[in-house]
Amino acid sequence: MDKYRINHLKELEAESIFVIREVAAQFENPVMLFSGGKDSIVMFHLARKAFWPAKVPFVLMHVDTGHNFPETIDFRDKLMAETGTKCIVELVQDSIDSGRAVEEKGFNASRNKLQTITLLDGLEKHKFDAAMGGGRRDEEKARAKERFFSHRDEFGQWDPKNQRPELWNIFNGKKNIGEHFRVFPISNWTEMDVWQYIFMDGIELPNLYFTHQREVFMRDGQWMAVEPCMTLKPTEKIEVKHVRCRTIGDVTCTGLTLSEANSLEDIIQEVASTRTTERGGRSDDKRSESAMEDRKREGYF
Amino acid sequence: MSGKESGYLDMELLRFTTAGSVDDGKSTLIGRLLYDSKAIFEDQMEAIERASERSGHEEVNLALLTDGLRSEREQGITIDVAYRYFATPKRKFIIADTPGHIQYTRNMVTGASTANVALILVDARHGVIEQTLRHAYIASLLQIPHVLFCINKMDLVDFSQDVFEKIKNDVDAISSKLSVKDIRFVPISALKGDNVVDRSTKMPWYEGPTLMYLLENIHISSDINHDVFRFPVQTVIRPQSKDWPDYRGYGGRVASGSVKVGEEVTVLPSGFTSKVKSINIMDEELEFAFAPQSVAITLEDDIDISRGDMIVRSGDGGPQVSQDIEVMLCWFNERKLQPKGKYMVRHTSAEGRCMVKDVHYRMNINTLEKDTENIEICMNDIARVSLRVTKPLFFDSYCNNRITGSLILVDEGTNETVAAGMII
Repeated sequence: MDKYRINHLKELEAESIFVIREVAAQFENPVMLFSGGKDSIVMFHLARKAFWPAKVPFVLMHVDTGHNFPETIDFRDKLMAETGTKCIVELVQDSIDSGRAVEEKGFNASRNKLQTITLLDGLEKHKFDAAMGGGRRDEEKARAKERFFSHRDEFGQWDPKNQRPELWNIFNGKKNIGEHFRVFPISNWTEMDVWQYIFMDGIELPNLYFTHQREVFMRDGQWMAVEPCMTLKPTEKIEVKHVRCRTIGDVTCTGLTLSEANSLEDIIQEVASTRTTERGGRSDDKRSESAMEDRKREGYF
Repeated sequence: MSGKESGYLDMELLRFTTAGSVDDGKSTLIGRLLYDSKAIFEDQMEAIERASERSGHEEVNLALLTDGLRSEREQGITIDVAYRYFATPKRKFIIADTPGHIQYTRNMVTGASTANVALILVDARHGVIEQTLRHAYIASLLQIPHVLFCINKMDLVDFSQDVFEKIKNDVDAISSKLSVKDIRFVPISALKGDNVVDRSTKMPWYEGPTLMYLLENIHISSDINHDVFRFPVQTVIRPQSKDWPDYRGYGGRVASGSVKVGEEVTVLPSGFTSKVKSINIMDEELEFAFAPQSVAITLEDDIDISRGDMIVRSGDGGPQVSQDIEVMLCWFNERKLQPKGKYMVRHTSAEGRCMVKDVHYRMNINTLEKDTENIEICMNDIARVSLRVTKPLFFDSYCNNRITGSLILVDEGTNETVAAGMII
């Protein structure tokens, strides 16, 4: 029976393709959220597999905080051009300029929370009825409770205590007008699965994930990148280090890891031996024990 | 690629569900499996150490690791199914951790629906109780192929072989009423770690494998139905592009069995036959497709096929085709089942409407007796029901095929998933 067996990565791939096809079939105007991070890159890769040789039958949307690494934006534009995919960009700056969002103040100010406003406005503006995201259940404990098909009310809110039961591979995307769904095709993948899969399928990534020399400074025990959107305190000094990103979010909340890993094999080794979680370097999660749950309830990714 | 990583690439995926109440030590066991397989990271451990201290626990409360929602932490209870992940060099594991008390049936049924293995915890001090019966019944109803009874807290009964044997006999007596294919027993102490990952030195009388050994080695590749090819069509792929002007592929996930390029297939409901022309996962050409792969299939002939249709291999026995369906139904909603009520039904990629024609009996899952008198079906009830669907479904019995034998009911007013059905 060995020829009828697939490894865990192929099985996860099959599950994700199934979910993505189900979204295309059950919704009228779905969108795939794209951040330029490895999870959304893998999700987009799976979407291309799901509909090949046809093009992906939905558009992508990037909620751009304006505080991205330039490498992320370059990578996004190149990938979209190569695959002939349309990616809508919604700017947090526009939400701030129109008075819909108010910028945080202080050294640790982040636009992370403001993204929710831009995201919800974007979904409404384009009348999207389902938004696929690259969230994984192993990332964070509130995410561990997510469904594949996660219902959102007319305010975009998540009600974690009243979720629809989800059985076998039957997904219920029924909703009323004004409501939408968040769908998480790679729910069951772990950080290691994502890296192994990228290696197995030879998926291209932004070079931020690999070791490079960069100007950095230390804040709250975390190496941060020196970029125009970061204001350094007088006590913080700029150093040059060999670093890489373990996750890519916006510059203000993405901690960098000191690393010499310059190949996928190296990264896989590093992930296998590391003793802290991936989001341990994300200051947005450290604000409180239920930081993620609170943001998700409001409509965050 | 060298040893370790190539080993990782060759891992099998095993999904298991855990059943037991708070006091059975379920969270401790999961914490132990995660901790011993190094799936708990330092920052997670520090976070739960801080939280344990705050809430006044002396030992680190591993349950805090699985209780992800604020209200769960506040109330000290698990409300919803939580998914946990860990891996050993042999397998990747997905745990569906289901809470023991609130909305018990609903949650366990959900967790059980995709599981290869159920872990049922039994407190060695209390032996087989009503709840054990309930857990075993649901595992059997959902046809989880392997059920492992973990007789926990052996340290509190002096690691006694007699206690273990008695519980084993009691479970065997129950299981004659159930249909579980593979039942195993392991005496453990989740708290001390005996027979979880490492062999216990305290129970020399137990010669069987440890829990982790079972999880890593239990044979799961034949859990999938390999006999009959069933391919519910999810989506039709038509690029209509310059490079692919005439391509017409059928996207879907193989529910069971396998099919080869060149084999004759029958399309339901039309009954037309054709031959498989190609099977693809993107530009990767496959010679054959099998469960649980997601593929795109093209056929030699142009046949009108759309979502909700099913492609089967002509040589295999076909599925049943009928508008009248007998199911065991688990009811999930606060609004009771409406006799003669109409619901939306989802079955594989097909969708239709149905009427509840008859409720035959309600299962008393504490006694396994059939109640034909009181047949009002409320939340968490399990009942034998006849449905009449507006169009024929193509199905197999659930015990032969967990994918083509399962369905859900959706309330047409609220859009909520109100029930799960297993076709008899």
